[in-house]
Amino acid sequence: MSDTVKVTIDGITVEVAPGTSILNAARQIGGDIVPPAMCYYSKLEGSGGKCRTCIVKVSKGSEKDPRPMPKLVASCRTAVMDGMEVMNITSPEVIEARSGVVEMLLINHPLDCPVCDQAGECDLQNLGYEHGLQKTRYEFERRTFERIDIGDKIQLHMNRCILCYRCVFTADQITNKRVHGILNRGDHSEISTYIQTAVDNDFSGNVIDVCPVGALTDKTFRFKNRVWFTKPIDAHRDCPTCSGKVTLWYKGEDVIRVTARKDIYGEVEEFICNTCRFDKKKTADWVIEHPTQISDTSVISSNHYETLKPLPVIQPNPKLQEANRIELEKTIKF
Amino acid sequence: MGRKLLLEHINVPGINTLDVYRQKGGYRAVEKALKTLTPDEVVEEVKKSGLRGRGGAGFPTGMKWSFLAKPEGVARYLVCNADESEPGTFKDRYLMTHIPHALIEGMIVSSFALGAKTSYIYVRGEMMPQIRILERAIAEAKNAGFLGKNILGSGYDLELYVQPGGGAYICGEETALLESLEGKRGNPRIKPPFPAIAGLYGCPTVVNNVESIAAVVPIINDGGDEYAKVGIGRSTGTKLISASGNLVRPGVYEIELGLPVEEFIYSDEWCGGIANGKRLKATVAGGSSVPILPANLTLKLANGEPRLMSYESLSEGGFATGSMMGSGGFIAFDEDQCIVRNTWNFSRFYHHESCGQCSPCREGTGWMEKVLHRLEYGHGKMSDIDLLVDVSKKIEGNTICPLGDAAAWPVASAIRHFRDEFEWHVNEPVKSLSTNYGLANYAEPIAKAVTVEN
Repeated sequence: MSDTVKVTIDGITVEVAPGTSILNAARQIGGDIVPPAMCYYSKLEGSGGKCRTCIVKVSKGSEKDPRPMPKLVASCRTAVMDGMEVMNITSPEVIEARSGVVEMLLINHPLDCPVCDQAGECDLQNLGYEHGLQKTRYEFERRTFERIDIGDKIQLHMNRCILCYRCVFTADQITNKRVHGILNRGDHSEISTYIQTAVDNDFSGNVIDVCPVGALTDKTFRFKNRVWFTKPIDAHRDCPTCSGKVTLWYKGEDVIRVTARKDIYGEVEEFICNTCRFDKKKTADWVIEHPTQISDTSVISSNHYETLKPLPVIQPNPKLQEANRIELEKTIKF
Repeated sequence: MGRKLLLEHINVPGINTLDVYRQKGGYRAVEKALKTLTPDEVVEEVKKSGLRGRGGAGFPTGMKWSFLAKPEGVARYLVCNADESEPGTFKDRYLMTHIPHALIEGMIVSSFALGAKTSYIYVRGEMMPQIRILERAIAEAKNAGFLGKNILGSGYDLELYVQPGGGAYICGEETALLESLEGKRGNPRIKPPFPAIAGLYGCPTVVNNVESIAAVVPIINDGGDEYAKVGIGRSTGTKLISASGNLVRPGVYEIELGLPVEEFIYSDEWCGGIANGKRLKATVAGGSSVPILPANLTLKLANGEPRLMSYESLSEGGFATGSMMGSGGFIAFDEDQCIVRNTWNFSRFYHHESCGQCSPCREGTGWMEKVLHRLEYGHGKMSDIDLLVDVSKKIEGNTICPLGDAAAWPVASAIRHFRDEFEWHVNEPVKSLSTNYGLANYAEPIAKAVTVEN
């Protein structure tokens, strides 16, 4: 058996180590063919497989694999096999199924982006732009919960939760005493700390970073500002408990938020402790490195004025442009 | 009269006690297997018998056993899935209540075949009487030396435990069952790895239905070849069918696979026809998860041949005109039953029982239930019918475990076959609250397909 296996994703062949998931193989290629992931988190063992947004079509399995193909699988939890052919954005079936999943995720989501602190750096928002319908087909009351304070620094807004289980895995694996998990089942499931036991732990703040939506938010940053008005700067400090490598979010002269550094897939590079996150909010506490690299397509980039042309915040949509043009013509006529 | 292999002595008084069960030839299989056969020979017999899993999927049991990984120094487990909670299925409960020793005998032989030193019977939490019965039967068997250390002097040790579940339908899915057995939240695991490689406590595990394990007893007693002679084609042996609904004599029946569906419903030996002289409108052939069929497609295949009670014949025609054997929960509906209401009821069940782990099932089951509720109570719209089809398609195949499929199929099939009735509910919202759509043309013979010549 050779050390690497060959897998073809959307026509691009890559050699990866055996046992790599399709998602990670796609990330090695990079670019548009990487499936979105809402629940998978490479740093958390056992995560993934739940949200189903990363589904891809295995159009041709390996010769050794007896399972019938083609088949839609969750790319984050399916290991590649030699000679496997995978279709992601080239398969209309995948796009269709993925938009179905996005619709399902959104039917009970409050869509309160205008008042949500996560807006601008929300994975669900990005996914909604890309795959969501303009109009919901769901005509019933959405499920609602009361807001819960988890300790004095974190707030849980269960309405927005998509039950990705990332925070549960974080609490289980990063912190040493888990007091937080899932209650109930089906669409009544909720993240909870049981009888609202406060999460009191040096690393509890990381649940905020791993949350793909605005369900877990930083109370010290709550309603302070929209993320796209703040400037992210990479900095570090000599921290006895964690690596101390963070991103500072500036508004003018003030640090209004501290988060861990995130890579292009929204995953933190290294988890940080609560002291760094909540207590060190002065420039003097930190050694400043450089402005954080933010993807051009992120709305946060719109605050960077290095280029003169407007940045493509929303992907060009020919259908929408056409519809806008027709609307404009009608308006002019009247 | 069909052959009875499992329920042969069901009417003998006291068959639930060890003494009477022994008099009727019980525990012969244990003696035969442990004294004269090797574990591999037992597996071979089961393979030869062609026994297929009785829990719903119909996967050959012998093949499942042979997939079990056998690394050195790692314990192996056999787990019996007695978490029977599908609407319409109650065969395992019947078996456990009346002949608990058949299950225990099967467990001993199967554990011996797989080399398991510890085995579990995971019983649904609501079945408390059955748990008591099984525990008493295990104590009896242990006293008689059929369990414990060095069984019958063969040097084989086995401990058998009964574990009550928490009463969740999802724990009938094998990996969720294992999670629950380990004391965790009963969420299905993502496969692979399959339980045959890493199951209970990370060790190789086989999970079998109650009836599959009980069926091992006659296989060992008479030999696999003899068992394979019963039944038809690849559906060998006998099957317990729990018949319910508008039948003259509902109940649990043991049938030889290959019995015509028409005979099963109308013969006096079995269900005795539709109650109160009414006519058959539809059937659900294998428990709530399988597609519903109108009367005409239940009795005859699309090509006009009679449909038989067997894995192949019930699924003949795929999803377009067929159904599935499932777990053998046969539900009959007469002409006065409302398919929309029934579909809503099934949907409500799946909404309630979804574990909430993966998004299409968590959100989709609730959505379908709400739309069906609206249709049933006269607030529906014509577009709702297509919406339901679309939502069920988005759930089907996109979930971790088969509960998503099980929730989607009844809805999709009901709309496929009974679209008129759904449309009637939309068009006649007031009338549909007080009257039923009736039999319509669902019992009329299917028109022969006409070949068009060009």
